[in-house]
Amino acid sequence: MTDTNTILSAHTREEIDEWITRYPAEQKKSALLAALRAAQHQNNGYLTTELMDAVADYLALTKIEVYEVASFYSMYELNPVARHNVAVCTNVCCMLMGSDTIVDHLEKKLDIKLGESTADGRIYLKVEEECLAACAGGPMMQVNHKYYTDLTPEKVDEIIDALE
Amino acid sequence: MTEELVTFTVNGQELKAPKGSMLIKATDAADIRIPRFCYHDKLSVAASCRMCLVDVEKAPKPMPACATPVMEGMVVQTRSPRAIAAQKSVMEFLLINHPLDCPICDQGGECELQDVAMGYGGDVSQYSDIKRVVFDKDIGPLIATELTRCIQCTRCVRFGEEIAGMRELGATDRGDRLVIGTFIEKSVDSEMSGNAIDVCPVGALTAKPSRFSARAWEMMQHPGIAPHDAVGSNVFIHTIHGKVLRVVPRDNEAINEVWISDRDRFSYQGLYAEDRLAVPMVKQGHEWVESDWDNALQLAVEGLQAIVKNDSAKQLGAWTSPSATLEEQYLLQKLMRAMGSGNIDHRLRQADFSDQDAAPVMPWLGQSIENIEALDAALLVGSHVRKDQPMIAHRLRKAAIHNKAAISFINPRRFDWHFPVAHECATDMLADLAAVAKAAFELASTPVPAHLADVVNAAAVNDTHRQLASDLQQAENSSVMLGDMAHHHPQFAAIRKLADALAKQTASHLAYLSEGANSGGAWLAGAVPHRGVAGSDAIKGMTFGEMLANPCRALITLNIEPEYDALHGADALAAAKRADFVVAISSYVTDNIKSYADVILPLAMFTETSGTYVNAEGVWQGFKGASVAVGESRPGWKILRVMGNLLDLDGFDYVSSEDVKDELKQQCQDIQLNNSVECTQPVQVAKTTGLQRIGDVPLYAVDALVRRATQLQKTTDAQQNAARINARQATASGVADSDKVKVKQGEVHSYLKLIIDEAIPDNCVWVSAAVHDTLSLGPVFGTIELEKV
Ligand code: SF4
Ligand code: FES
Ligand code: FES
Repeated sequence: MTDTNTILSAHTREEIDEWITRYPAEQKKSALLAALRAAQHQNNGYLTTELMDAVADYLALTKIEVYEVASFYSMYELNPVARHNVAVCTNVCCMLMGSDTIVDHLEKKLDIKLGESTADGRIYLKVEEECLAACAGGPMMQVNHKYYTDLTPEKVDEIIDALE
Repeated sequence: MTEELVTFTVNGQELKAPKGSMLIKATDAADIRIPRFCYHDKLSVAASCRMCLVDVEKAPKPMPACATPVMEGMVVQTRSPRAIAAQKSVMEFLLINHPLDCPICDQGGECELQDVAMGYGGDVSQYSDIKRVVFDKDIGPLIATELTRCIQCTRCVRFGEEIAGMRELGATDRGDRLVIGTFIEKSVDSEMSGNAIDVCPVGALTAKPSRFSARAWEMMQHPGIAPHDAVGSNVFIHTIHGKVLRVVPRDNEAINEVWISDRDRFSYQGLYAEDRLAVPMVKQGHEWVESDWDNALQLAVEGLQAIVKNDSAKQLGAWTSPSATLEEQYLLQKLMRAMGSGNIDHRLRQADFSDQDAAPVMPWLGQSIENIEALDAALLVGSHVRKDQPMIAHRLRKAAIHNKAAISFINPRRFDWHFPVAHECATDMLADLAAVAKAAFELASTPVPAHLADVVNAAAVNDTHRQLASDLQQAENSSVMLGDMAHHHPQFAAIRKLADALAKQTASHLAYLSEGANSGGAWLAGAVPHRGVAGSDAIKGMTFGEMLANPCRALITLNIEPEYDALHGADALAAAKRADFVVAISSYVTDNIKSYADVILPLAMFTETSGTYVNAEGVWQGFKGASVAVGESRPGWKILRVMGNLLDLDGFDYVSSEDVKDELKQQCQDIQLNNSVECTQPVQVAKTTGLQRIGDVPLYAVDALVRRATQLQKTTDAQQNAARINARQATASGVADSDKVKVKQGEVHSYLKLIIDEAIPDNCVWVSAAVHDTLSLGPVFGTIELEKV
């Protein structure tokens, strides 16, 4: 058994505890998504096996259950990524509105491909899998926790350059 | 219980089934074939593969038969154009990513995907892009994976969660990248993991030990009985050119359902171990030479006769394996008693024989195996049932999960269980059991029986004990079960009496979970020193314990390695060495056997002989030889019959093993199995002081066959060569995790690695028996010392 108290930070544990209270006592499992989010946040935006195991122990789940969830949702990163998570929606609506141009622009500007991080560890260009539910504002992207809509290359420059 | 039945038609045939039950169950019962992948009769319904689509009248689209409840008046077509089109499309879809590697796939020829594709699929696929590939992880020594072949039915995942009770395999990632596996590099450790191979409809999970060695259609299938535990799981033995290639479950709802333990599945590897004995061997002076059977048998018989003549028959002893067949045990005791000796025993791992006269004619389960899953409460005393009797544990698990039964344990330590456990006492078995008995008497305000008064009154009762007693008391269907560690305990007689009193007080079935495949048979056959066949009066002799204290001058051993198979392994080996003449009827030849034996007769093993095992519920399960015996080895009953003939003994003219069995069965006709202990000899409890050894016989160390099963020996469960204590005890004893320590029991010692394990109580050191590094030590219960080296 891993020592969850040292692997999960006090803040992470606090956050998980708060989520646990929102569900019936015997359904700690329901807090798994939030717990993984907190654990990922604590670790510069990606999960390690050690962190997932700690979450499993903390919520009294089997490890494989946690791996299943963490690998299922694209919002969890299972490999080291750069500080800022930039995800351009390329689903149908955004595609029709020109998301390809945005992706091209970003790839050229940062000199990386989708799914890669910049060498300085600043920007991670995520492969976005699904519609981000902001179709009316396409093309759009999500930067960390924030949505930016009606993108143009100029607007993208502005947003990206503002990230430290 | 009356179930409401509904009537509906399938392909025009009128069927009835309980309302709300799934259509596929009804069609299966009526032998109407519906293809399926994810559906499995023993698992929850996933309804994910869609192979079982059928045409239901008035339904807007085809419905999955595995997830469609039957309804009154429903009209179903399984072969209508709509059903056929749906099945064809699903089949085509499932084959999109399936490789065309059937020629090199172990499942080829017994593959559900092949069969269903033949029966329901089309000839061409519209798909022409690349197929996905999965890079496999090593999931341990038993199961080979080729997950590129996986069709994501999740049967294996559901098996792990719902049956094995260990969620080890999972489905990670998603969509077309979904992969079944352990995600990280990790072995699958369940003691019944091999069943995942059977539930897998394709060749994604196959048996590692038999991989790439034969095609399904080349093998011969023979029914058999598994030789390791008291369940006697029904198996099929698959052979090729007379050699066992694999063992798989044979359905028997009353016994093993459709599962078997890994031990029963993979132990056959031991059949072909390097030290398997192929021809008789005899000792000439200090040399061992191979011999023909006639000569070896003649020498064996002459050696025994000489001792009987010069000394007395009382100098003749016999030790038999509890897994020897009924016929072997019966003939061995018949031979012994005909020669005038009652010194025969199969209870090699029992320490306390003091109440043997009060023992049942055949200690048994006290109930049917099926009843276990209907229990409301059970108390297991001295049992790591999950590893000792995996199929009994499976039934207990069902009781705990489906029946909310309160399953509790009184053990020398805590274990990891795969079902919810109500209470677990883990300090001193005898004290805890006495306390529960006391609580039960108090609860019912019944006086304590006089012979138990001392031990019961001295017991300190806590809330757990009271809870345990009341669980049993309140349950309608309850059981008190004695496991391996109870049998190994130096005060087994006291445990037995307390358990009996507790069972009577709470109207529970008293159950024995005995070691070996045929302990029950050994009792019936008279392979005990104090009783003859079927509990009759017969020439009495020394117990195994007495034979160690007073070694006999002549000895017959049947299918055992004393140093591993006896509780006092080192003493047993020494006793065997002290005998002047030893006939070892053995499947193997080892240096130890050579050190004490004078004649070694090669014994055919469980797949090579016909015979009978009596399981814990008293069922006589006969089997026939399935594979060709290695070398010149012969069935034990034949060896013993010829010895009887050569000794000029009466009644050894059997033509078949059935003759032997029939003769015994005749004498067992009137036996009513009854575990009740009628003994009022007062129970004395010996106080122990100082650090105590506790331990078990690990599941892959129980007998000579499984000890040689090379793949099982690589499993996590087989790694039991360490000493375990808790952190507090470690500090007190001045040792730390991973230290090499010297453990001493009286005069003998061994060096082991120390592991800190909080499941071990204070004042105790857990050291398993029957594993290589602990062989030189004393019995599993006793005073022990620990020193850092
Ligand atoms: S490995 Fe076999 S049993 Fe498991 S999901 Fe894949 S096909 Fe089904
Ligand atoms: S398609 Fe981009 S937000 Fe919906
Ligand atoms: S068998 Fe019915 S959906 Fe798989």
